[in-house]
Amino acid sequence: MSWTSFFSFRRFRAIAAKEFVQMRRDRVTFAMMIGIPIVQMVVFGFAINSDPKHLPTAVLSADHSVFSRTVVAAMQNSGYFKIVKNVASQAEADLLIEEGEVQFVLVIPPDFGRRLVRGEQPSLLLTADATDPAATSNALSSFRLVAEAALARDLSGPLTHLRRGPPPLNLILHPSYNPEAITQYNIVPGLMGVVLTMTLVIITGLAITRERERGTMENLLSTPVKPFEVMLGKIIPYVVVGYVQMGVIILAGLFVFRVPMIGSLPLLLAVSFLFIAANLGMGLTFSTLARNQLQAVQMAFFFFLPSILLSGFMFPFRGMPVWAQMIGETLPLTHYLRIVRGILLKGNGFAQILPQLWPIGLFLAVALTVGLTRYRRTLD
Amino acid sequence: MTSPAPVIEVSELTKSFAGKIAVNRLSLRVEPGEIYGFLGPNGSGKTTFIRMLCGLLQPDSGRGTCLGHDLFRESHLIKPQIGYLAQKFSLYEDLSVRENLSFMARIYGLPKVRTLVEEAMERLGLARFADQLAGTLSGGWKQRLALAACLLHQPRLLLLDEPTAGVDPKARRDFWDEIYRLSAEGVTALISTHYMDEAERCHRLAYLAYGELLAAGTAAQVVAASGLFTWTITGENVHLLASGLKKRPGIEQVAPFGTTLHVSGHDPDLLQAGLADIDCRLYHCQASAVSLEDVFISLMQNRGGQS
Repeated sequence: MSWTSFFSFRRFRAIAAKEFVQMRRDRVTFAMMIGIPIVQMVVFGFAINSDPKHLPTAVLSADHSVFSRTVVAAMQNSGYFKIVKNVASQAEADLLIEEGEVQFVLVIPPDFGRRLVRGEQPSLLLTADATDPAATSNALSSFRLVAEAALARDLSGPLTHLRRGPPPLNLILHPSYNPEAITQYNIVPGLMGVVLTMTLVIITGLAITRERERGTMENLLSTPVKPFEVMLGKIIPYVVVGYVQMGVIILAGLFVFRVPMIGSLPLLLAVSFLFIAANLGMGLTFSTLARNQLQAVQMAFFFFLPSILLSGFMFPFRGMPVWAQMIGETLPLTHYLRIVRGILLKGNGFAQILPQLWPIGLFLAVALTVGLTRYRRTLD
Repeated sequence: MTSPAPVIEVSELTKSFAGKIAVNRLSLRVEPGEIYGFLGPNGSGKTTFIRMLCGLLQPDSGRGTCLGHDLFRESHLIKPQIGYLAQKFSLYEDLSVRENLSFMARIYGLPKVRTLVEEAMERLGLARFADQLAGTLSGGWKQRLALAACLLHQPRLLLLDEPTAGVDPKARRDFWDEIYRLSAEGVTALISTHYMDEAERCHRLAYLAYGELLAAGTAAQVVAASGLFTWTITGENVHLLASGLKKRPGIEQVAPFGTTLHVSGHDPDLLQAGLADIDCRLYHCQASAVSLEDVFISLMQNRGGQS
C-alpha cells in the first residue's frame, strides 16, 4: 500500500477549504474569534495582586564576612526569598534570571564586611525579574527592612555607633524588564496565551462534534477520507485564526497599552505555532470524546479553568502551593506565558525559551495521539 | 454458464449494541444490476445492516463480502465504490449546492471537479439552485442533492436508507426514474423503504423484523411463500365490522384499507366460514389477491406474538 492511500493532500485540502467556508458563514463564531481578544483585554486591564513567598533567589557573593551571611540568612527568614543557588559569576546569574530559574539575584561586592565596619555604606545589589510586578513588589519592599534590621543586631559592642546616623549600607534595587511595575506589561502578553487557549480549544472542540451531531459525519465516514486528513484539515484553518487573534493582541498591546516589545516578533510567531497546535490538538481530542456540542464546550471549560488559574496568568506562579505548580507545569499555557513574557519583555532568544518549548511539544504529541486513536472510524 | 459474482453476499451477519441484538444472523445475496428492497418496521435492523455494508459499523460476527471485498477487513476498498445515502440529510447545510458537490468530488479524489459538478447539477436539475445554501432547499431537493452527491464518483453499488421518507409523490417518482435509469446501466441498488408501492417496484425484496430476515424474494415469491389468503369486504361503515371479525376462528388479521377491509388467514375454508354470516345486502365480500402489505402485517403480528 502506498503512502497516498494513507494521506491524500487533495482530500486534506478539500476539508480545510470546506472549514474556511463554514467559518465564514457562521457569523457568531466569527465575531467571537475577533471579539474575545478585545473584550478580555479590556476586562483584564485590572490586575489581581497577591503576596507570593519563597521566591527563588540566587546569591553572587564576593564577600565572606559575617555581615553578608547575616543579610542572606535574614532574607531567607523573611519568607519572601528562598536561596536556591550560589553562583560564581555575573554571567551565570544573568542566565538564571533570563531563563526564569530565579526571580532575584543578590550581588554582594567584595569587601562588603570590611567597608561596613568602616562606616563606608557599602552597596548591595538586588536584581529582580519584575515582568510580573505582583510577584516581586512585596519581596522588594520588604528587603530593605529585613536587611537593615538584621545588620542592626550585628552592629553591637564597638560598632554600636554605626547604628546611629545614616543607614550602614546602601541598597540598590534593580527591577529589570518592567521597572515601573506596570501590570499591563505582564497582563497583555499573557492575555495572548489565554485568548488562544480559550477560543481555539472551544472552537475545535466543536468542529468534530458538530459533524457528528448534524449527521454529516455519517456521510464523511462512508467516503474514503482518512482520520488524519480530517484532523489536519480541521486544525489548519484554526491555526490561521489563532494568528489573527495574536495580531489583534499585539497591535492593541503596542498602540493601546504601550507595552514594550523587546524581543524578536518572528521568533514569537514561530514558536506560537507549537502552542496553537497544542490547543487545537486538545480541542480535537475533546471533540472525539464528547457526545454533543454542549459536552465539548463543558470539557473545554474544564481545561480552560486550570489553565487560566494555575498557569501564572491569574496568580503569580511561584505564589501557588507545590501541588498546584505541578499541575501548572503540565499545561501548555504555563510554558507559553513564560515564552511570551520572555520574548516580549526580556528579549529572550531561542536558547532561553527552549526549556519551555519541549513540554508544549510533548503535550501536543499526547493530545494528537489520544485524538487520533479516539476518532471513531466507525459509528459504534 | 455460471451466474456473475453477487454484489452483496453475507451470511450469519450479526451486530448488537450493548447486548441488544440489532441484526441477528442475517444471510442475504444481491445480484448485480438488481434493485433490492429492504422492508421492515422501525428498529428492525435495516439501517444497521446498511451501515455495516458501507463500513460505518463493524459487524460482530458472520461473514460477508461487498463488491467482492471482505466486509471486515477491506472497507477501505469498498468505500470508493459505493454511494451511501443516509436516512437524515447528511451534507452541509451551510454550504451551497455547488460547494457541497465540489467538496464530495474532492473527497473522492475525482478529476476535473468543476465540469463534473456542473454536469451533475445539470442532469439532476439542480443548476438553478447552484449557489443556494443546502439548508434552504425543500425536502425533495435536498434529497436530490444528496443523490447527486453520492453519484458523483459513479459508484457500482448504491445504499439508500429510506431515501424517499418525507418526499412528495412527484419527487418520489422522479427519484425512482433515476434509480431505474442507473439500474439499466448496471448499478446495483439496495433501498430501504416503508412504502408498499416502492416495495413493488423492486426486483427483489427482503422483510426484516427484530433484526431477523422473515421473508425474501420477488414480490410474487414473498406473497406465495406467506401461504396467506385474503378476502376484501366493501360497504358503508365497513370498519364497524372489524372488531367483531377479529374474534372469529380462522380470521387472523383485519386491516382497513380506506373503505375496504382486508381479512386474512392461513386456512381458506375457515376464513370463508368466518365470513359466511355477513349481510350481503350491506356488504360485498370477495376472495382477492393477497397484497404485500397483507403479508407484511401478518409477518409482523406473528413475530410480535412470539416474542
